[in-house]
Amino acid sequence: MKMEEQPQTRSMPGWQRALNALALPVLALFSALLLSAIFILGSDPVVLTAYAKFLSDPGAALGISWKTIVDAYHALFIGALGDPAVVSKELSEYFATGDTKDLTLAFYPITESLVTATPYIFAGLAVALGFKCGLFNIGAEGQIYVGAATAAFVGYSVEGLPWVIHMPLTFLAGTLAGAVWAGLAGFLKAVRGAHEVINTMMLNYVAFNLVHFLLNGPMKRGGATGHIPISRNILESAYFPAVFPEPLRFHFGFFVALLVAVGVWWFLWKTTLGFEIRTVGANPRAGRYAGINISRNFILAMALSGALAAMAGAGEVMGLNHNLAEGFSPGYGFDSIALAMLGGGHPLGVVLAALLFGTLRAGATKMQSLAGIPIDIISIVQAFVIMFVAAPKIIRWVYRLKGEGGFETVLMRGWGG
Amino acid sequence: MPPILELDGITKRFPGVLANDHICLTLESGEIHALLGENGAGKTTLMNILYGLYHPDGGRILVRGKEVKIDTPNEAIRLGIGMVHQHFMLVPPFTVTENVMLGVETIKNGLFLDRESVAARIREISQQYGIQIEPGAYVKDLSVGAQQRVEIVKILYRQADILILDEPTAVLTPQEVEDLFQVIRELVARGVSVIFISHKLKEVMSIADRITVLRDGRVVGTTRPAETSPAALAQMMVGREVILTVDKKPAQPGDVVLDVNDLQVFDDRQQVKVEGVSLQVRAGEILGIAGVQGNGQTEFVEALTGLRAVAGGTVRILGRETTRASPRRILETGVAHVPEDRQRDGLVLTYSVADNLALNTYYLPPFASGIQLHERAIFASAGELVKQFDIRTPSIQTLVSSLSGGNQQKVIVAREFARPIKLLIASQPTRGLDVGSIEYIHQRLVEKRDQGCAILLVSPELDEIMSLSDRIAVMYRGKIMDTLPAEQATLEKLGLLMAGVQPEG
Repeated sequence: MKMEEQPQTRSMPGWQRALNALALPVLALFSALLLSAIFILGSDPVVLTAYAKFLSDPGAALGISWKTIVDAYHALFIGALGDPAVVSKELSEYFATGDTKDLTLAFYPITESLVTATPYIFAGLAVALGFKCGLFNIGAEGQIYVGAATAAFVGYSVEGLPWVIHMPLTFLAGTLAGAVWAGLAGFLKAVRGAHEVINTMMLNYVAFNLVHFLLNGPMKRGGATGHIPISRNILESAYFPAVFPEPLRFHFGFFVALLVAVGVWWFLWKTTLGFEIRTVGANPRAGRYAGINISRNFILAMALSGALAAMAGAGEVMGLNHNLAEGFSPGYGFDSIALAMLGGGHPLGVVLAALLFGTLRAGATKMQSLAGIPIDIISIVQAFVIMFVAAPKIIRWVYRLKGEGGFETVLMRGWGG
Repeated sequence: MPPILELDGITKRFPGVLANDHICLTLESGEIHALLGENGAGKTTLMNILYGLYHPDGGRILVRGKEVKIDTPNEAIRLGIGMVHQHFMLVPPFTVTENVMLGVETIKNGLFLDRESVAARIREISQQYGIQIEPGAYVKDLSVGAQQRVEIVKILYRQADILILDEPTAVLTPQEVEDLFQVIRELVARGVSVIFISHKLKEVMSIADRITVLRDGRVVGTTRPAETSPAALAQMMVGREVILTVDKKPAQPGDVVLDVNDLQVFDDRQQVKVEGVSLQVRAGEILGIAGVQGNGQTEFVEALTGLRAVAGGTVRILGRETTRASPRRILETGVAHVPEDRQRDGLVLTYSVADNLALNTYYLPPFASGIQLHERAIFASAGELVKQFDIRTPSIQTLVSSLSGGNQQKVIVAREFARPIKLLIASQPTRGLDVGSIEYIHQRLVEKRDQGCAILLVSPELDEIMSLSDRIAVMYRGKIMDTLPAEQATLEKLGLLMAGVQPEG
């Protein structure tokens, strides 16, 4: 009965608990940026040359290091959120002249971050919902492609429908396809005990190759040129409309994603079905004892998880690309595993983490063009974030944090199957 | 000669809790010193300090008269202090020899493990102290009692002469407890000193030379078995008078509620665990099932509650067949189930008290309509139950994992009793609980019986079975040996039946 004699920290007030919950991911991000700086330095030939002469002129080496890092992260910031100076200048110009053309350009970076955050929110919610049922859905990437392919097909092949019908129909079709796709893995686990990690991983390859086949066969765009196979464009009646005029790409999908996040929160914490899923995730034996059908919940949770991931794919097709192209997702599904962990498996946390990941990815492009830092640095930052979130003891130790997070156990369970 | 171990004013604070408050304790050489106290009294904390796992905020530790500082378990071992934890620290796929040498490996030819010499030393220890152990056996194949002996040999191998046993009998059968006591007496006769942590009064009375009682982190007193009684010890532990016997009126059995006919159940490895069990439980009576753990009781209860498939025979509850019904349908028939492992089966530890109280009724009105949960109703009902069942918790939002074992069990009892039930299946309902909680649970069971509920009580604790049951069935190797009215069930008769022997006449 050792546990009973352990001190507990549950009696602290809510705001303090919220602060505690935030401390870990924030410090993880901070540490990741700090460590990634080393790689930024290593990737810059100028810095390396300076270090070659370190013994004769250490000041120059350190100075250029500092400048490189500041430049890189400055570019990252501007690329992600926009240059504050430019924004304020264009704003005053707009008020003076009413000219919106330059203003939209000033806001371009921040809207791009939101555009990138959109699929991250959907896919992050997918993985987080799986976690809640004790399932490790690492097949989000494949489900994204399945959702995108289905949405694209319905988007261009069903003609003559008004927007109010065609748009939701396209979105739902994509969603449903993802649900069936991932539900298959849930079914295999429920009925045959096959581990969902293996099955979702394998279904990824099936999905990638299925899309490859479709784009080179049935869904191939006639007379298409270029290297990447691509489908026909979907009809405008299936678009997620853009919020702002061109060239801003920000579309309604972002608001749909927020709405879905609220829906997932409501579903998990305010409905009997969510209660069952969380119970199965937290203690399947107690769930069975309480009369909950474990198999049904595995299937349901996987199907919902797949549906959410597929929404990311459908959203990209309907709001952004307007067609299906091979490799259109730069790994949103895989990143979302880390993202769901960073968000602590909670919809609000997922939205925040998705905004962060969207920002990092959008900013990275600018960092590459402005400061000449390879875009892969952002993958390194993300990798460090994952490592620190997955191994919170490191962060607790470095920053002398107290208390325990309950999330590690969920991850352990996911693998224990 | 100074005492071999002396604790002087040990104090340990956790945030919000004073776990140990100026504790003084002496262990004489060759003594069995029992440390008695309820869960949460601070016994384990104190021992973890002694073993170098926690650091005291105040006080001194003296070993053989010399003040020492114990920062790590290694330091404790160097000082001759060894500890057998409640949960064994063994590597199941390793042999006994490998487990014993783990951490202090003997090397030969500069590279290879010298299993032979270690095995020889283990045989020596085994002979010297009369501990039966086979060095070449794999730990995963050993019984719980034998695994415990490996833990003890591990400590002796490291030449410790102060042995701390943390609740060593919690996982043992009555026979294994006897074997363990034999070993302890042999150890003491050869100069080992033992600290024996327990909350079981009878055991402490039979094995200890001296008894120190802890309550709320303080020493209440130290006494000798000859100078005290179980009742007096219980009073010291709880701080008030405790009724150790259950006061109950004769049963008034009504209609048959549970009717089991020729039941057959397999375990996970497809071995027959329940073989042709037939029994009936009537409204208003308690049928106790006695038996050494592992004789099919677990599988029997799981089969009755729908958690395990029935291989043959029938189960009828209130006249309706439930042999292949789902757990939920059985619950809805009016069956309550207090599971044998409350943390594994009965609770979701990461849930609040309120959610655990609604764990099997969350989908019914007034807690839900359609798929929408009504938190307000769940909270209101939880508040009621916490009051009614005297669950000691800071709030209904508190995580159930932070409650004491007794209060966790009360959460389960409250949840199961709050529904309109006709049959209660209680499996080891007081396992690991302190005296005060046991008393409480027992009273509630009798109360439920008097309200006309049929109760099936499964417990390896004969005291519990004998004091509560109206009829007693003894289970041995998956079969019911015999069913006796409580008046005719003596300890001797039950003991023989539990060992599979049919008494004469």
